[in-house]
Amino acid sequence: MKKELGIFILLVVLCIIVSIKNPNFLLAINLQNLARQIGSFGIFSIGLGLVIITGGIELSVGSMMALLGVLMSMMLTEWGFGVVPAVVAIIAVAMVLTLIHGLLITRLNMQPFIVTLCGLLFYRGLARFITNDETKGFGTVAGLDFLRYLANGNLFGVPMPFVLLILISIIAWVGLHRSVYGRYLFATGRNEEAARYAGINTNRIITAAYVIAGALTAVSGIIFAFYTNSVSPANHGNAYELYGIAAAVLGGCSLRGGEGSVIGILIGTALLQVLRNLVNLLGIPSSLDFAVMGAVILIGVMADQIFTERRNRRQVALMRESMKQQTG
Amino acid sequence: MPNTESPNPILQMTGISKRFPGVIALENVNLAVGKGEIVALIGENGAGKSTLMKILGGALNRDSGTVEINGQQVEIKSPREASALGIEFIHQELSVLDNLDVAANIFLRREPTKGGFLKLVDRRKLYSDADALLKKLGLDLSSRTPVNQLSIAQQQLVEIARTISTGARILIMDEPTSSLSLSETRRLLEIVKDLKAHEVSIIYISHRLHEVEEIADRAVVLRDGRNAGVLERSEINHDRMVRAMVGRDLKDFFVAGGNGKAATNGDWFEVSNLRTLRYPHHAVSFKVAKGEVLGLAGLVGAGRSEVVKAIFGVEDAIERNISLNGKALRIMVPRDAISNGIYLVPEDRRQSGLIVDFNVRENISLPNLDAYSSVKLINSAKETKAAQEAVKSINIKTPSPEMRAANLSGGNQQKVVLAKWLGFAPKVLIFDEPTRGIDVGAKAEIYALIRKLAQEGVSVIVVSSEMEEILGISDRIAVLHEGKLTGILERAQFSEEAVMRLATGTEG
Repeated sequence: MKKELGIFILLVVLCIIVSIKNPNFLLAINLQNLARQIGSFGIFSIGLGLVIITGGIELSVGSMMALLGVLMSMMLTEWGFGVVPAVVAIIAVAMVLTLIHGLLITRLNMQPFIVTLCGLLFYRGLARFITNDETKGFGTVAGLDFLRYLANGNLFGVPMPFVLLILISIIAWVGLHRSVYGRYLFATGRNEEAARYAGINTNRIITAAYVIAGALTAVSGIIFAFYTNSVSPANHGNAYELYGIAAAVLGGCSLRGGEGSVIGILIGTALLQVLRNLVNLLGIPSSLDFAVMGAVILIGVMADQIFTERRNRRQVALMRESMKQQTG
Repeated sequence: MPNTESPNPILQMTGISKRFPGVIALENVNLAVGKGEIVALIGENGAGKSTLMKILGGALNRDSGTVEINGQQVEIKSPREASALGIEFIHQELSVLDNLDVAANIFLRREPTKGGFLKLVDRRKLYSDADALLKKLGLDLSSRTPVNQLSIAQQQLVEIARTISTGARILIMDEPTSSLSLSETRRLLEIVKDLKAHEVSIIYISHRLHEVEEIADRAVVLRDGRNAGVLERSEINHDRMVRAMVGRDLKDFFVAGGNGKAATNGDWFEVSNLRTLRYPHHAVSFKVAKGEVLGLAGLVGAGRSEVVKAIFGVEDAIERNISLNGKALRIMVPRDAISNGIYLVPEDRRQSGLIVDFNVRENISLPNLDAYSSVKLINSAKETKAAQEAVKSINIKTPSPEMRAANLSGGNQQKVVLAKWLGFAPKVLIFDEPTRGIDVGAKAEIYALIRKLAQEGVSVIVVSSEMEEILGISDRIAVLHEGKLTGILERAQFSEEAVMRLATGTEG
C-alpha cells in the first residue's frame, strides 16, 4: 500500500491542478467519460500487469483487439452466431492465442518480447486480411443491447466499464494478493529457479498469467468494439499494449518481474487517462500528448525508485541495530 | 603473535581488521610476502582468507590496519587501483567472457590500438602478442579460439595469461585447482613455479594441502579471522597444517556420529542406477539408512550436485530409480520429491534456496503454502504463526519474520531454507554444501541440526567439498570422480587420504 502512495498523490495533485485550471474537469459528463476510459483500459491493463509480474511482456494486446473486434462483427453480422456463443467464442479465441504465447515462452524457452511481437504483427495482418481491410460494424443485428449497455451504459450514473473494472479488480486483488496462485506468481517472477526448487510448477504459473491476460483482453476488446461501434482492422487498438504496460509500470510493476499490485495498476491506468484528459482540457496542443505522458511516467517511476531505495536502506539499518543488540 | 616477517617483503599487511554486521571477519591479521615467494594462505572456510584477499584486491575496505607495497604505505580502493599496483586476483569462479576469443580476453581493456583517435583494435598485434604469451605458458592453442570451446583448465590458463600480461608482481590465486584434473593441476603447479622463478610473488589459497606441501615457501594459517601460525618450508606438512587450521579437536566440533546400521527392517532410501545428464555413462547407486548421514564427496565437477538435483527432480535424468522403504517412487519434478518427504537444501542459497526479496515468512511457507491455506486462499495468521515458531525453534536471528531474507547473514539465510522443510516430516533431507560462506558459530549450529535430524530418523545426504566437514558429519562417505562412484567408505576407513584417493580417481 505504501508503495502506491506516491503515485496516488501524483494522481490527486494532477486532478486538483486540472480542476483549478479548468473547472470543466469536474463536470459529470467529463468525469463519466473519464471513468469509462479508465474502465475500458484498466481491464486489460490488469492482465498485462500479471504478465509483467512473471517477468514477461505482452505486446500483442492492441492487434489482438482488432482481430477480436472484426471477428466479433463477422460472427454476428455475417456468420450468424448468436450473441452468447459469439462472446464465448471471442474470449476462447483470445485465451487460445495467449495459451500459445505461454507455451512457446515456457516450453520452448522463447523470449516473451519476441513471441508477442510476432503476435502483434500477425494478428494485425490477419485482421486486415480476413476483412479485406474494410471497417466492420454491427449494423442492425438484434440482441446486442446488453453488449452496447456494457460499453456505453451507466449503472446509477457510473459507466458500466468502470463497474466491470471494479468487479474484476476485486477478483484480481484476491487472486494476486491473497491466493496461493498469487504468491506463486510473485515467487516465479522474482526468482524462477528458487520457485522451482520450492516445488512450484513455474511453467504452469507463467502460462496461466498469459491466458488470464488474454481473457481480460477479450473483455476489454468487446467493450471497445461496442464503444466505437465499428472496427477498423488497420487502426483499432493501435498501441493499446503500451497504455497497459505504462499503467502497470507506473503502478509499481517492475519489468524485471516479481513486483506489482492491482491497486497500483488501477492508479496507473487512472493517471494515464487523466493525462489524456488534461491535454484536452488545458488546451495543450494534442501533438504534445505523448510527450506529456512520457514525461509524467518517467517522473512517476523515478519517484517510486527513490522511495524503494529509501525503504531498503531503512530495513538494513534496522537489521544492523538488532544485530548490535544481540552481539553487544 | 606469530612471526609473519619475510626477509624482504614486497607486500606487508599489518593489523588488518574488518567487521561485518554481527560478525568479526578479521581481527588484527598480519601477512607478509617476499619477492618471488609463494605464500600459501590456508584456513577453513570462513576463516577470513577471502575477506583478507578482497581487502588486498580493493574489493573491500578494511576497518583498520595498514598495507605496504615495497615499504610504501598504500590505499587500495578498487580492483583497478590494485591492478595499477601490480596486484592481480585470479578468482575461484572463472571471470573469462566466453563469447569472446582467447586474445580478446587476455587483452580486455588493454587492447593494442591503431588509427589514432579512432582507437581501432590493432588485430594483428593483438593476436601475435597473445600467441606469444600462450606459447610462453606452454598452451598449445591459437589465440583466435573462442573461449567457450576451451576446457575449464584452459580457461583458467587464459586468466593466468591475462594477469601475467599486465605485468603483475603479486598474484593472488584463490583455489585455482578446484576444478582441474590431476594432470591439469600438475601443469598449473609447474606454471606457478615458473612464475616464481620470474620473481612474481604468489599468494596461493587452496584446500588441497598436498599442493601447498609441494609449492609453498611459507604457509600462513588463519582461523576464525585471526592469525593462527606460520609454517616455514621445512615445517609444512599435512598434519601440522590441519592442526593449525582446525585448532581444536574435530570431535568437539561435530556431534558424535550415529550408527549406519540402523536399517534392519528395510528402512532404506535407495538410489539405483542413477544416470545424470552430465555423466550419462556412469550409473550411480547408493543407499542411506533411516537415521544415517551419508556424505557425498568429490572434487568440483565430480557430478555430486547433479546427482542430488536429479534425486530431487529439479534436473532431468537419463535413468532414475529411487525408492524409499522398498517402495519405488516416480520423481519427475521437485513436487514429486516434496510430496514424498524428500527435500533439498541447495548449494546456491541466494539463487536457488531463497527468494531474497521475499521476507522470512514468505520464504518459509512457499513450498507448503497449501498447508497454510483453505480453498487456495492463504490464511495469513496461520502462516505468520508457523514462521514465528520456525524462527524461534532453530534460532534464526531476525528482528521479525517480516524482514527481507536478503538482509540476513549467510547462516541465518541457510536456516530459513531449512525451516521450509522442518515442519513437514522430512524423510530424506539432502544438503548441498550446507555451510558454504557461513561463519563458524552458525556452522556448528547447522551441524548440530543435521545430527539432530538424523537422530529423529531422517535419512540425510550431505554434499560437501570441505574435508573436515565431510569426515566429521558423515556416518559413511560415498565418493564421486568425474561422475563415477569410486567407492563408499565406512567410518573406520575415514581419512583425508582415503577420500582424496577416491576423489582423484587414483584408486578403484
